[in-house]
Amino acid sequence: MLVKDVLQTKNKETADLISCSGSEMILKALIEEGVETVFGYPGGAIMPLYDALYDYDGKIEHILVRHEQGAIHAAQGFARVSGKTGVVFATSGPGATNLVTGLADAQIDSTPLVCITGQVYAHLLGTDAFQETDVINITAPVTKWNYQVTDAAEIPEALAKAFYIARSGRPGPVLIDITKNAQLQLAEFEAYKKCSHIRSYRPAPKIRIGAISEAAEVINKATKPFVLFGQGVILGGAEQEFTAFIEKSGIPAAWTILGESAIPSAHPLNVGMLGMHGNYGPNVLTNECDVLIAIGMRFDDRVTGRLDKYAKQATIIHFDIDPSEIDKNVKADIGVWGDCKETLPLLTELVKKHSHAEWLQRFSELERQEIETVIHQELNPETGELTMGEVIRTLNELTNGDAVIVTDVGQHQMVACRYAKFNSSRSNVTSGGLGTMGFCLPAAIGAKFGAPERTVVGIVGDGGFQMTLQELGTIMQSKVDIKIIIMNNRFLGMVRQWQQLFNDKRYSSVNIESPDFVALAKAYRIDGQCLETRENLRSALQTMLEHEGSYLLEVMVGKENNVFPMVPQGCSVSEIRLK
Amino acid sequence: MTSLNHKDYIKEDVKQDYTFTVYTENRIGILSRIAIIFSKRKINIESLNTSPSEIDGIHRFNIVIQETGDVVRKLARQIEKQVEVLKVYFNTNHEIIWQELALYKVPTDIIAEQVEVERLLRQYGASAVVIRKDYTVFSVTGHREETDRLVTALEPYNLIEFVRSARVAIIKNSRGFHEKLKEFEALEPSEEVVENEFLNKGDNVFTM
Ligand SMILES: Cc1ncc(C[n+]2csc(CCOP(=O)(O)OP(=O)(O)O)c2C)c(N)n1
Repeated sequence: MLVKDVLQTKNKETADLISCSGSEMILKALIEEGVETVFGYPGGAIMPLYDALYDYDGKIEHILVRHEQGAIHAAQGFARVSGKTGVVFATSGPGATNLVTGLADAQIDSTPLVCITGQVYAHLLGTDAFQETDVINITAPVTKWNYQVTDAAEIPEALAKAFYIARSGRPGPVLIDITKNAQLQLAEFEAYKKCSHIRSYRPAPKIRIGAISEAAEVINKATKPFVLFGQGVILGGAEQEFTAFIEKSGIPAAWTILGESAIPSAHPLNVGMLGMHGNYGPNVLTNECDVLIAIGMRFDDRVTGRLDKYAKQATIIHFDIDPSEIDKNVKADIGVWGDCKETLPLLTELVKKHSHAEWLQRFSELERQEIETVIHQELNPETGELTMGEVIRTLNELTNGDAVIVTDVGQHQMVACRYAKFNSSRSNVTSGGLGTMGFCLPAAIGAKFGAPERTVVGIVGDGGFQMTLQELGTIMQSKVDIKIIIMNNRFLGMVRQWQQLFNDKRYSSVNIESPDFVALAKAYRIDGQCLETRENLRSALQTMLEHEGSYLLEVMVGKENNVFPMVPQGCSVSEIRLK
Repeated sequence: MTSLNHKDYIKEDVKQDYTFTVYTENRIGILSRIAIIFSKRKINIESLNTSPSEIDGIHRFNIVIQETGDVVRKLARQIEKQVEVLKVYFNTNHEIIWQELALYKVPTDIIAEQVEVERLLRQYGASAVVIRKDYTVFSVTGHREETDRLVTALEPYNLIEFVRSARVAIIKNSRGFHEKLKEFEALEPSEEVVENEFLNKGDNVFTM
């Protein structure tokens, strides 16, 4: 055979084998994983993937954001309302480092994400090549798992693992860093196999029936039992199982802000919010209950206040899917490991039907005190400046509690979580563990993609809005329909409140000037108005809700209003202050 | 050996030496993920050894720190939570057999001339690894205090260089990891996987 012929047959052989570029494999994997929406931003090291995406028009919708932080917060909002895994594309170097805040946020709030970053060519790794950063090491502490792919052949398996790890067990963000050569490389692509087992990884510990019956025994003897629930109930899809448990046992239940919408606000056993700005009863009675049953929550310091004075009188039962959470902050007398979707029905089986009328009465009494001292004035002021509370109350009345509420971080967040009403799960999206200002606007955009049929309202401070306001461009371009309420107090309100209460009113760098937000929105072709008076509150909100497309409502609220009640830092939950 | 079991050696609030034994997949990046768990909490690693284990593809780490039992237990759970970690044990010094290897480089003429040096080396069970005209390298295995003592003893005799390895440790009561691994490889997580100190009262080895 002539050399030429040999070469030709060889090419032919390989042509049969070569079926797919690394980039196409990524997109095929996404399709197999049911991904329809991706949030991202292109750049040099991820160009092959964007080139492949060009042919996937109509199959995968790519939302071009204005900053990679926006992409990841949008993916978080998407994941939180839909329960699906959020997907992000970003380029190497600055594109990847711009994801770090969102990764940290998703890690601490257990949000399933798969982030795909481009990386320089494999042969350039470690040479300080253009836009090279060590994204694997930078993101190790803020990802559930991360992995660098340098060969296209690894892509299907890496992505299958990424999706499995992100969504299973206690969910979290995963980052897959893919070198440019791997995206370009042609390799054989067999059918995509989803991952369902990794030998070194146990998504959920096996359930120990013994612990559950022990818990049931203690619960059955309790006279003042109290349930604290967190996002674990929502992440486990265990809302019904949870409701069945509290209804049978008759135990009052209070939530962390991430657990908030797991049961309807109006549920008779829903006694309200825990923590620093939570409700009076739940905080005070934490230190009075005889059995404390924590379900899918992690005793964050914003929830517990001073630990050595936290529920010392109570027998503590802790349900969690993550064994490392049990005994981490609060020592549990009974630790129940496992997915609460499985453990709760077993518990419900064993608990006696009960109603703790007298005990519930204690919650009502304290609620009455809180209404008189704080809530009434916050929700129904007749004179004086507008309050954030009355905005939320009126919003509740107009949406009937059916909207998805996305908040930023600060006073408005606490007010929104305290007063917003919810009828269904996955309706409250907020940055809990990390407290990331700038979260709201992009997360609201993502939430709309995650729940297109629902009304999405973003509630944000004048400070936090200015951290990611460039995402107005995303709203404009992608024609997203979200309603934005800026609670403008002309201060970095939460920090100002602390400075007032704890630093002798020495207001240090909390006075923040803002642009004309309505004009700014107009520049992005988004309608809006600024509301300064109480009379027009309802009609302004109505206009906003009825508006076709996105709308920005700036509400000028009281400059120096404070959020109460408050457990001052370093104090015990029962030392909560009503004013 | 006493009949105390693992839980009796753990002192919740008193700092003492603990040796972690960690089995991991042989993957790039796992070392840094484990190191982060300590550095995030500002805990100093006294000694770290990593090498392939007796099982193909599985690495074994020995990590020594000084901490309280309470902190150590939390650290173990955080390490075990890593996707690529198969198993974590932690033990006090009572529960393990351990060694460190030390190498000493000493001028050969001194050894030849000084009877005292020869006596020292004999006393410490040192064995010659390399003998050259200018220097000789000896190795000693033992605990830190022993190898340290020999350093002090050799210093007056122009000790040229000294190096010591990390601690390698074997758990006295361990029945090995092979059997456990077979179960890990099975699709269904096994009972072993979820055992903890409450479940596992009779066992002298803490497993998570
Ligand atoms: C990225 C980031 N930087 C700083 C903070 C600290 N911080 C918490 S609340 C707050 C003030 C927020 O002000 P604003 O957005 O106006 O909301 P308000 O509290 O007034 O409702 C600040 C600065 C934070 N949480 N996140």
